[in-house]
Amino acid sequence: MTDSLQQAPGPFFGDFGGRFVPEALMAALDELTDAYDKARVDPAFGDELARLARDYTGRPSIVTEVPRFAEHAGGASVWLKREDLNHSGSHKINNVLGQALLTKRIGKTRVIAETGAGQHGVATATAAALMGLECVVYMGEEDTERQALNVARMRLLGAEVIPVTTGTRTLRDAINEAFRDWVASVETTNYIFGTAAGPHPFPAMVRDFQRVISVEAREQMLERGGLPDAVLACVGGGSNAIGSFDAFLDDEGVRLIGCEAAGDGVDTDRHAATLTGGRSGVLHGSRSYILQDDEGQTLPSHSISAGLDYPGVGPQHAYLAEIGRAEYWPVTDAEAMEAFRLLSRTEGILPAIESSHALAGAIRLGRELGSDATLLVTLSGRGDKDVEQAARWFDMLPGEGE
Amino acid sequence: MSALTDRLDAIRAEGRAALIGYLPVGFPDVDTSIRAMVAMVEAGVDIVEVGPPYSDPVLDGPVIQKAVADALEGGVRLSDTFAAVKAIADAGAGAVVMSYFNPMLQHGLADFARDVKEAGGSGVITPDLTPDAGEAWVEAARAADLDTIFLVAPSTTPERMHLTVGASRGFVYATPLMGVTGERASVGDAAERVVREAREAGADHVCVGVGVSTREQAAELAGYVDGVIVGTALVRCLADAEDAESGLAALRSLAADLAAGVREGRA
Repeated sequence: MTDSLQQAPGPFFGDFGGRFVPEALMAALDELTDAYDKARVDPAFGDELARLARDYTGRPSIVTEVPRFAEHAGGASVWLKREDLNHSGSHKINNVLGQALLTKRIGKTRVIAETGAGQHGVATATAAALMGLECVVYMGEEDTERQALNVARMRLLGAEVIPVTTGTRTLRDAINEAFRDWVASVETTNYIFGTAAGPHPFPAMVRDFQRVISVEAREQMLERGGLPDAVLACVGGGSNAIGSFDAFLDDEGVRLIGCEAAGDGVDTDRHAATLTGGRSGVLHGSRSYILQDDEGQTLPSHSISAGLDYPGVGPQHAYLAEIGRAEYWPVTDAEAMEAFRLLSRTEGILPAIESSHALAGAIRLGRELGSDATLLVTLSGRGDKDVEQAARWFDMLPGEGE
Repeated sequence: MSALTDRLDAIRAEGRAALIGYLPVGFPDVDTSIRAMVAMVEAGVDIVEVGPPYSDPVLDGPVIQKAVADALEGGVRLSDTFAAVKAIADAGAGAVVMSYFNPMLQHGLADFARDVKEAGGSGVITPDLTPDAGEAWVEAARAADLDTIFLVAPSTTPERMHLTVGASRGFVYATPLMGVTGERASVGDAAERVVREAREAGADHVCVGVGVSTREQAAELAGYVDGVIVGTALVRCLADAEDAESGLAALRSLAADLAAGVREGRA
């Protein structure tokens, strides 16, 4: 079992990962790594996290078969892993509860977080309220505009939301600003990183906290007749995808497909499909794939989905792509919105626009494989936050349509 | 040991600290930025830190962030950095490059080291690369006979201090406070401690930067450091100016003031 791909410890995944940060943060990252290494083998920590998952988040999350949706996916058998039903509305809470517990263990009283769509910010604000921690969330100004509802949610939960006005005013700039805060505040503050990227230990730690998705789903699918032919999940930084893949990594017959945001198309300059259109480099503390120009300047990304609008990707995904264990498909804004419309109308489930990219991947794969195939799709979040944006896309707002 | 340490030793022999000034390449435009670097040298800056702009400068405060964003908007290229290094070397000052890691990596580490060296540069400061993550870079720099200048911070542990001092050549860059670049009223009590710990770990030359902006601060630091590094306050001279000429005049004036400061510190 030594060649298992599961729960790879980092700091490197092949050539990817590592820790490329200012010296000022190294002591804090060492401290966090040490605390996590102790916590992960401490039954008390595991029990507390499991209790919160059950009694607070509402785990295990269910799997739902969606036959009416599947008619549009070649008649394949399509199952959704319902992370949208978690308390606070997405998979993000799985990671945040783990890191917030860790914050308490290392005796820090303030947490900071970056957020794109706002889901990680909401989850962090939620956990901070639950555990009595001061919370500051950095969010790109453009994202505060397209996700205004989540800004209000965070403020209602007692968090301070700071709009970031530099650069492209999106997730990437929010991460820069959170790092700047952390360099100055590291003595009292823990950075609750939202995705499986960044410097070690974040990629491995976030993956471990999100792994519950695939551990549960694998068991649930076995109870329902067997392993799926493929697992699909959307990829921005890649936390729900790596959590959805991990327990399946050693199941050779299970294809793992990450759906990247192709925006207007990967042949345009308006997309966020990092593994399709980027190349190896260092951004935000680790080596991975990046959308960058010939001199290593990060390029602006675009996606209709704020949560996938990021020019980097977690290092373990770069590794899984390189060794061919996972595939990464580009999905355009238009394809994702069509999948959003379909799931809403055929199953009565409003998906997050992020998760709709994975649904679009399932439509494509189902049509390719046909009715014998079984597909498991992680529905990483619910679409409540996206109602206004989706209604605008489909011309459904009063006074805009007919 | 190196051109940089020779220069720092000569300055120490004069009974003063070196003045090290940072400016980003391409702000407000490439020509003006290079003229500004040379003007600083003429006004008394001993060593210029040449900053190739990077899109995600996580260790920089708002003034430098804005300047490098403008420079990138203006189309600055890495080749402009090598041209700036050459202009500074020609003006008789020491030139070091302060670069975030990804532009170095994309240029190729060996090529980057060679191009800095060939332009007349003495070393490279790497704000987001530590020695343990930068073995390949250290190797490339050693092969090109280029100094590797790493940062230490108030949070640096004794183990890491030894590691970092051991991998540094030229000088050790000590940041006296926790935070991004920018002016501060005081550099705080940690400066003396960080410098002392670096020396105890074997550093022959320690320069201090981040937060330093005035003649008084320069004079205070000059009492116990080998070099005083100023960045944001110099960039602000160019950022706040109505036009290039008045910016250069403000820059000369501040540089001269700081140069007086580093000569006042030693009793």
